[in-house]
Amino acid sequence: MAPLVLTLLRFGFLALVWVLVLVVIFSLRRDLGVGQRTRVASAETERRGRKAPAPAPAAAVAVESAPRPASELVVLAGSRAGTVIPLGASPLLLGRAQEANLVLDDDYSSGRHARLFPQGSRWFLEDLGSTNGTFIDDAPLTRAQPVEPGQRIRIGKTVMELRP
Amino acid sequence: MNALATDAPSGMNKRKQRPQPTRRTLELFLLVLALGVTALADYLVSSSVGASSNDTSWITHVVVLGALGLGVNISLRLWAKYADPFILPVVVALNGIGLAMIHRLDLASTSAAGSNAATSQLLYTGLGMVCAVVVMWIIRDHRVLRRFTYVWLAASVVLLVLPLVPGLGAGTINGANIWIRIGSFSLQPGEFAKITLALFFASYLGSKRDLILLAGRKIGPLQLPRARDLGPMLVAWAVALGVLVFQRDLGSAIMFFGLFMVMIYVATGRVSWIVIGLVLMAVGAAAAMMFMGHVQRRVNVWLNAFDPSVYEAKGGSLQIVQGLFAMANGGMVGTGLGGGQPYRIPVAKSDMIYASLGEELGLIGMLAVVCLFLILISRGIRAALGARDSFGKLLGTGLSFILALQFFVVTAGVLRVMPLTGLATPFLAAGGSALLANWILVSLLLLISHNARRPSTGGGTLSTTEQGIIDRKVEAKRAQEAGDAGPGAPARPLTGGENA
Repeated sequence: MAPLVLTLLRFGFLALVWVLVLVVIFSLRRDLGVGQRTRVASAETERRGRKAPAPAPAAAVAVESAPRPASELVVLAGSRAGTVIPLGASPLLLGRAQEANLVLDDDYSSGRHARLFPQGSRWFLEDLGSTNGTFIDDAPLTRAQPVEPGQRIRIGKTVMELRP
Repeated sequence: MNALATDAPSGMNKRKQRPQPTRRTLELFLLVLALGVTALADYLVSSSVGASSNDTSWITHVVVLGALGLGVNISLRLWAKYADPFILPVVVALNGIGLAMIHRLDLASTSAAGSNAATSQLLYTGLGMVCAVVVMWIIRDHRVLRRFTYVWLAASVVLLVLPLVPGLGAGTINGANIWIRIGSFSLQPGEFAKITLALFFASYLGSKRDLILLAGRKIGPLQLPRARDLGPMLVAWAVALGVLVFQRDLGSAIMFFGLFMVMIYVATGRVSWIVIGLVLMAVGAAAAMMFMGHVQRRVNVWLNAFDPSVYEAKGGSLQIVQGLFAMANGGMVGTGLGGGQPYRIPVAKSDMIYASLGEELGLIGMLAVVCLFLILISRGIRAALGARDSFGKLLGTGLSFILALQFFVVTAGVLRVMPLTGLATPFLAAGGSALLANWILVSLLLLISHNARRPSTGGGTLSTTEQGIIDRKVEAKRAQEAGDAGPGAPARPLTGGENA
């Protein structure tokens, strides 16, 4: 092969390897943020926040016919009081475990204490076999149970509620 | 988004139904690009000096890699369609570049025996990809592996001890006793032990994390776990290091120890573990320096590489220095594939493949290769981050770090950042066992990433209940164990924990 062609091919190879690297980096750029889910959820809250001051009439009708789904979980009391977690479409794990979505720094909470998950337009709370139990309005949870906005969820010393 | 406003109650459903892209087509596109890289590398090698004019092996390489890569892509479509789309193309590209380099060194080799390494590498690549597909097909969901905690421990111990069994062990090859021979096959069981050890650490730490974190006494700022919680971990660690001392394989010892530290740190998030680990490592390193001749020699070779007496000594720094010369010869853009003299480096195909590639691809090419590794490792860790179960998180991190540590230890050795130790550069270096093990490792990573990116079942009752049952079992076991642990156990309010 002609030396010139060979040299060109050699440089072409270096270029091609870099093309591969750059194409990969370019196509994963939107994935670089941690947790697509949290981003979807926060974008959702943002949109709702913008919507809130001027609710569309159609939306008002919908609210009358059925309760609006909760959009955030607010911690009212306990070590994490004041925390607001936007609710997306994915379930939340509550507990002391580090992988929980709401990490409760609460001596009376278990590692994987309870799970809050959406179904239809409602959120359900399920106790995951915790040691000290989960309470909705002071009634202990025995199975997965729907939670309405305004009901008080208690885990140990932590009290939370859903807000629309 | 108007749909959300007008139809609020079903808004949640709408969002759930938005399909998560599987990105398998993107994977296919990147795979074609990776095959292009492989093809060009192989073609350059085949048309270089030393090859016969009608060397068509590059076609074979590309066809085999392409067909099997497509096979993996299709099986991902079938069984793990949300798997990460970047892992497979990157691995195929690395494997292809390695294959081309090995073939290039085969061509330069004068002895007949040393000239078919590429064929065997291609064979093991194929076997590895088939194994990856089979693993995917059998396992489907990485969480099933969580149940076999002590099977993984036993398997690791057996795999690590095998080379020492008389009759099976192949004796000392290149200063390390890590091979077994069955018939005409020789195998490095330690390569597979790294996967089983990661599986053991992940499933053990995943279920015992709270106990390790919370039970036990506190001394100053350090919270020490109870001995029996840590027992199996220490057994695994001692066996890994003990056997490796007897097998004289420093590289694997560093890798196992690093894996152990990373996983326990990721599981507990305690800096005290890093402190304890570094102290243990310092003690181990000092002991190895004092009592083990070959470690001493390696450190000496590393520090005084350019001393003529060290250079000329048997087992001296010839290898490292030749590697450095080769990379210096390559310079910025390299000599081009087939244009350099990487065959002058001892063991250019396996341990020193980084230097061989460095000569022919130059700094620019090597940085691209390093980038490919970075992408691979970061995708593995990304999968671990996204995994929904602690076992998946730990396993993903562990497997990614196995790749990272291997690559770092070899590359740092070749670049004289730390003493050179014998480890295979993942996917690049010649070595059947390592290739097989790494392909299996990649298939596990793909499964974890599928699990991480898979759209949530929306807390659907089935999966929640299932997970709830598993959790309940774990909690019950934990409560039982904590019950006979007395005060300070995590099931009780921790106010009594301090005076345990």
